[in-house]
Amino acid sequence: MDLWMLLKAFLVGGLICAVGQVLIDYTKLTPARILVSFVVLGVILGGLGLYQPLIDFAGAGATVPLTGFGATLAKGVAEAVKEDGLFGAFTGGLGATAAGITVAIVAALLAGLFCKSAEKG
Amino acid sequence: MTKQEYAQWTQEESPRSKGPVNIFKAFLSGGVVCTIGQLLLSLYERLGAGENAAIFASLSLVVLSAVLTGLNVYDNIAKHAGAGTLVPITGFANSMVSAAMEFKTEGYILGLGAKMFSIAGPVIVYGVSASVIYGIILYFIQ
Amino acid sequence: MAKKIGSQTLLLTSSPSIIGYAAVGAKKEKEGPLGGYFDFTSEDSSFGEKTWEKSETFMQKKVVELALEKCGVSDNEIDFLFAGDLLNQCISSAYASRERKIPFFGLYGACSTMSESLCLASMFVDAKLANRCLAVTSSHFCSAERQFRFPLEYGGQRTPTSQWTVTGAGACVVAPKAQAPYLRAVTVGTVEDLGITDINNMGAAMAPAAARTLCQYFQDTATRPEDYDLILTGDLGFVGSRLLERLMQSEGYPMANLHNDCGLMIFDRLKQDVHAGGSGCGCAASVLCSFILPQIACQRLKDVLFLATGALMSPTSTQQGESIPGIAHLLHISAFPHTKEEQA
Repeated sequence: MDLWMLLKAFLVGGLICAVGQVLIDYTKLTPARILVSFVVLGVILGGLGLYQPLIDFAGAGATVPLTGFGATLAKGVAEAVKEDGLFGAFTGGLGATAAGITVAIVAALLAGLFCKSAEKG
Repeated sequence: MTKQEYAQWTQEESPRSKGPVNIFKAFLSGGVVCTIGQLLLSLYERLGAGENAAIFASLSLVVLSAVLTGLNVYDNIAKHAGAGTLVPITGFANSMVSAAMEFKTEGYILGLGAKMFSIAGPVIVYGVSASVIYGIILYFIQ
Repeated sequence: MAKKIGSQTLLLTSSPSIIGYAAVGAKKEKEGPLGGYFDFTSEDSSFGEKTWEKSETFMQKKVVELALEKCGVSDNEIDFLFAGDLLNQCISSAYASRERKIPFFGLYGACSTMSESLCLASMFVDAKLANRCLAVTSSHFCSAERQFRFPLEYGGQRTPTSQWTVTGAGACVVAPKAQAPYLRAVTVGTVEDLGITDINNMGAAMAPAAARTLCQYFQDTATRPEDYDLILTGDLGFVGSRLLERLMQSEGYPMANLHNDCGLMIFDRLKQDVHAGGSGCGCAASVLCSFILPQIACQRLKDVLFLATGALMSPTSTQQGESIPGIAHLLHISAFPHTKEEQA
């Protein structure tokens, strides 16, 4: 087990989340807007080739936050454009993230079928 | 009393978020989520998942988040963790699962099926659209 | 017969009485400081129903049943039912009333609905348009949350200024002068907006409306805060209460030591994790009917100004960036009826 890698994942992942919390507490951005911004930021950073070094450095610390989802979208598009040309711009993003989205949909469906919201207090 | 004056009063009387504390908690909990992700990633690498290890790790976190949401505990963690459980992929999964659970009382199609995306939808819409723009630019500059 | 004084206040010269009242709450309300005063509480906010909307409907049915039982009045002796809640198209009220066959007015005044329904009920009785009226209001944390905010299991954080919707209901049976509590005057509020857009700071959005209605009442009746034992607002919470007290101070009516807020009374704000306090139209309704009216009935409190406050926004207006208008209707509830001179 690479402890150094775990520490890096912890620090980088924690920092990205801390930035999110700064935005929640010190700006008027709603959580939904912050998530959208993180994903779009991930696409931009991924597209500029700036996110891959972070993934190489911190592993899950960079792939697990939503910026990583954005970077995956960009990476998928880049590979698909290389192979299929312009057509790839429309298939690459969802192609690369298909597993994540599909699992989330199926999980939500199952939870929706079998679980119930509980009262709070 | 003008709106500006009243806004000033409101600001004076409203307690502030405990910024530094919240940020530290988000850092800690977000770090823990990513560390779990990293543990899973190394596990899948050892099992021979190769390049897909990172994706498998994220998928596992999605499932974990769905289970915790289904058991009605995710929101109790998130209350303290804030962005620490919102920004990781677990937050994305929680927003879909919680909406599906909440709105199934309005039916399986327009309740569960449609409302599932009410919070997570925009993330997909703008993420995918941004990637399409990026793809088109990439095609023309290559 | 009601007599208009000043520009917005009606003296209810016949001094109608609240002859029956009841309050219903759920677990968190039971655990709060007023838990013991409720007529009925449940360990479970579902009240055994399948949906949260049905749970809220159950509460309204229950509270009406209890209020009628307590004064020994039956459905067919009620001339009008004024009821409201927070849900779209006031479904809790309509569904709770569908078996009762009492002429029904559905009201929407957001969290001000308890004052609104009680104002109308007392005006109808005072004007002899009705012999007995029911005023009923409810709110439910879970049904409000899913309509106005997020799914219950969504992992969001509440801001320090946010308030916790009370799961509760209150009902009052208003009849001609019989016994304390008496309804002596009403001031119908105006819609006020000082530009607050933060939906997590309802108290701040509603405080200007409460201040406006209170000042108007004091002007119209030529009275001052000191003339009353208690000035009770509905659900301004911690932030809104402070703002109201500041606004009143600046208008020349200092009242901080006479003022309390149902949202601050129903929960232990620090222990029960409700941030700035309770809210929802069930908050003012259940506090009034559980804790306040009995004290007026036994003359421990003699003159109370009750004004439930409402924030009149919707998810649509919020998403369109509109600021939040507020409203507050006032009732003077007293242990004594009007004297002969006051009637004339």
